[in-house]
Amino acid sequence: MFQNDRLSNEITLFQKIKNLDYILLISVILLSALSVFVMYSTDGGEILFHTKNHFVKLAVFFPLMIFVAFFNIKFWHNFSYIIYLIVILLLIYVSFFGIKSSGSQRWMDLYFFVLQPSELMKVAIIMCLAKYFHRLKIENVNSFTSITIVLSIIIIPIIFVISQPDLGTSILIALSGLIILWLGGIKIKYFIYSFFTFLISLPFIISFLKPYQKLRILTFLDPDRDPLGAGYQIIQSKIAIGSGGLNGKGFLKGTQSYLDFLPEKHTDFIFTLFSEEFGFIGSVGLLILYLIIIFRIVRIGAISRSNFARLFCFGYAFAIFIYIVVNLSMVLGLLPIVGSPLPIMSYGGSSMLATMIGFGIVLSAKINHKQIIA
Amino acid sequence: MIKSNSGIRKTDVINRRMFIIGAAKVVVFVGIVVRLFSLQINENKKYLTLSDKNRIREWKLPPTRGNIVDYFGNIIAGNLKVYQLHIIPEQVENFNYLLVRLKNLLNLSDKRIARINKLKAELKPWDSIIVSENLSWSQFVKINNYLYDLVGVKPVMTISRNYPFNDVYTHVLGYVSQPNEKEILENETIQERFVPGMKIGKLGLEKRLENHLIGTNAIQRYEVNAYGKRINQLEHQKGEQGSKIRLTVDTEIQKACGELLNKKAGSISVMDIYTGDIIAMYSSPSYNPNLFLFGISQDEWQLIRNNPLKPLINKTLSGLYSPGSTIKPIVALSALENKVIDTKFKVKCTGKMELYGQTFHCWKEKGHGWVSLKNAMKQSCDTYFYEVARLLGVDRLNITAEKFGLGKKVLGDYFDIEKKGLFPNTKWKKNNLGKGWVLGETLITGIGQGYIQTTPLQLCMMTAQIANGGFVVKPKIIVDSNPISYEDAKQSMESGLLFDTDTEELLDKKLFKNQKNIKIVQEAMFASTNERFGTSYKSRIDDPKYQFAGKTGTAQVKRISKRERELDLELEQIPYKDRDHALYVAYGPYVNPRYALSIIVEHGGSGSKAAAPIAKKLFKLIIDRHDLRNKQSNFERITV
Repeated sequence: MFQNDRLSNEITLFQKIKNLDYILLISVILLSALSVFVMYSTDGGEILFHTKNHFVKLAVFFPLMIFVAFFNIKFWHNFSYIIYLIVILLLIYVSFFGIKSSGSQRWMDLYFFVLQPSELMKVAIIMCLAKYFHRLKIENVNSFTSITIVLSIIIIPIIFVISQPDLGTSILIALSGLIILWLGGIKIKYFIYSFFTFLISLPFIISFLKPYQKLRILTFLDPDRDPLGAGYQIIQSKIAIGSGGLNGKGFLKGTQSYLDFLPEKHTDFIFTLFSEEFGFIGSVGLLILYLIIIFRIVRIGAISRSNFARLFCFGYAFAIFIYIVVNLSMVLGLLPIVGSPLPIMSYGGSSMLATMIGFGIVLSAKINHKQIIA
Repeated sequence: MIKSNSGIRKTDVINRRMFIIGAAKVVVFVGIVVRLFSLQINENKKYLTLSDKNRIREWKLPPTRGNIVDYFGNIIAGNLKVYQLHIIPEQVENFNYLLVRLKNLLNLSDKRIARINKLKAELKPWDSIIVSENLSWSQFVKINNYLYDLVGVKPVMTISRNYPFNDVYTHVLGYVSQPNEKEILENETIQERFVPGMKIGKLGLEKRLENHLIGTNAIQRYEVNAYGKRINQLEHQKGEQGSKIRLTVDTEIQKACGELLNKKAGSISVMDIYTGDIIAMYSSPSYNPNLFLFGISQDEWQLIRNNPLKPLINKTLSGLYSPGSTIKPIVALSALENKVIDTKFKVKCTGKMELYGQTFHCWKEKGHGWVSLKNAMKQSCDTYFYEVARLLGVDRLNITAEKFGLGKKVLGDYFDIEKKGLFPNTKWKKNNLGKGWVLGETLITGIGQGYIQTTPLQLCMMTAQIANGGFVVKPKIIVDSNPISYEDAKQSMESGLLFDTDTEELLDKKLFKNQKNIKIVQEAMFASTNERFGTSYKSRIDDPKYQFAGKTGTAQVKRISKRERELDLELEQIPYKDRDHALYVAYGPYVNPRYALSIIVEHGGSGSKAAAPIAKKLFKLIIDRHDLRNKQSNFERITV
């Protein structure tokens, strides 16, 4: 045991590189390359603002991922609480001094980069909870104190994010947190009870929603209610995807996006553009690429010796899955419109930064999968 | 050990629960793929259509109206290329500068400039503004020369209605102009094909046949972006020109009518007595319909509107006149048919007739002496017809007159402005004026005065039906899909049966009880024109080829006072408004007749002096064109 411990501590740079997970790495590179091409298409087949910026961000954050991977998983375990606290502080900072844009206050200006701390929280909450459950004795998992603590860990950032307001991100943070609770061993009946409590309190929650959020839900239930207003996005998105057909309209030939019928085509609706141009085959291909990434992360979790790494990988894989499902369901008209980007594909620095850091930690877990954390 | 045990148990929990999630993930992914499949494969067609609906927008172009041609195929309402000037605001660098330049080049009014500025504010920047609808060739050349300096200006060639014979056919064809809102809403075809700048028929056949003439829009398909801006043209779908419509009219004769009525108010109608083809139908004075195409100027409009000869009224169809003596053939016929008189019946004319203390004058103060029917008709003796009318009674006269088409619309629903006129009877007076009929009224009805009102076309048809031997004709102005030849028409008429092409029924078209009576009237009309002392003797043509029979009429517009009768003023001494209307009805050639006509010259004085000479000039032309017309029977047939 001690030998192993020592061994893992003395991994050389060469071994680290050798131990990187190349399937995951290649999948991420493929996805990144694809995202640049799609971004190029959103710019109307020219290298304009979005394509350039997206490429630059990839060029910075991909090496950052490798950099993160080279830190021992123990290091990330040790700093989990601190990272969580730092992100909470950033959220507090944003709620006072953040940049306002289209009615919400989510961003902070770092001069070279506009950061959205709530995106970082998506990863930080997984780290924080993974560490907590890693250290928690299995007997104490369902104790009142521990449940109170983990719920607080989830609820505190959500309060800040919801007040920005940003419903989409807060739901994603909550789901990421809840999955660790599930994996950590919280009794199933608690989940069932809270689910019913949630259902019963739904009308009250809805009454607290902002008018535009209520409108989105109503629009989701019946997009044709107001086709030129709130329903416009869903309808146009469905038209774009549906008209793609089996093979799609071809690269740079998506009329819905090219002629500006698609809203938010760079960010939340990037899949719509992709699906219009590459059709059913392309869309399924993209889904498979995501699936490979997810199951690769799950596998890394499964071979990890420490429960921290295991919890983090499983949690992060689920989080990626949730991002994809929420985003796709939204553009396919299966869920109301909530702002949620598609990992790596969508334009947006903070989301990409958080995703890459997450991948970095997963890769770190792969390199150090034999590492035991006391 | 406990610790490690706990660690293993914890790992077990995590792995077990992860497995559940993994299964859930697969289910959800499958769900998403199913959704993708249903949108992209199952409903692909629906969404492709919706996507095309999004991106493809159609622009309708004004349809090209069908041509209207005369019997010989000459275009009388056609289309002409016109040059227009459009501005596309988004391409203009300096709008005000451009307007100043255009104002100087085209002499645009300040009002027009203000209008352009208003349009610019209303329209999208890529929608073109029409600066000038009809540039002259020199203006068009000028614009093209300065085009380098006029960025955003687009000279455009387009098609516009044109009436090559100007005022010759105005009352038949009407004219086209921009529709108003009501006209668009009332006609579904117009509503469907309406495009700004399009013109529709406002009057006459242009209006009546709108749905045939209108044509279909050419359609240009453009790909547009979400804001409606055209990105590129996808296809151009040609429109179909409206139906070509062939009329029965002869432009040469129509033109001659216009020249004969030059500077006079009146009307000439010419009709084929067998087929009912209207050869000419001219109302004078006319006006130039081309003036209305691009909006008539106020000055020109006032000139037409305030002309005392009333060019806006279609006198042939909606002018109501007392027929005067032109009614006498019908009076005679009615009396013969009802066996009230025979050819031997004579009346002594002393120049007047007394009835219940009222005096009824003959036009000839000295009287005509003893006159028979033939002489009475020849010299248009009023006294004779007073007596005949008295014996006949107005109700029997009314029956005959209505049989011959008086008091009814001639062309049915083709012209909404056509008037019915009136042939009175005792019942009519009781119902409409609430008073009993007075015998004196019968007398003046017998000479075509009093309540009786006819349109020139009614008189023409009445004459045609006497000329063809007393058979119904169905007047028409449009050559229908199944034109009946003159010979067929004549034959079917003389067999007493007429095949009605509209109702496809064989109808009894005899208007007489005894055809000898028609012959008697015809002979009397012949005498009136071709025998010495006949009222239109001076206008006769001796050549049997052109020889015609007719009846003059002079309709009083005002009661002649005793003093005026004694003064016996010359025409020029009477104020224009008080002068008699001159009328003439005739048919020819006398042997094997073919055409009937009616002429009215408003306030022209006596029929023999003002109207009959016109007939003489016209008949030569009509008969000369007869052979040409016959040769046209195999002319391409056009369906309406």
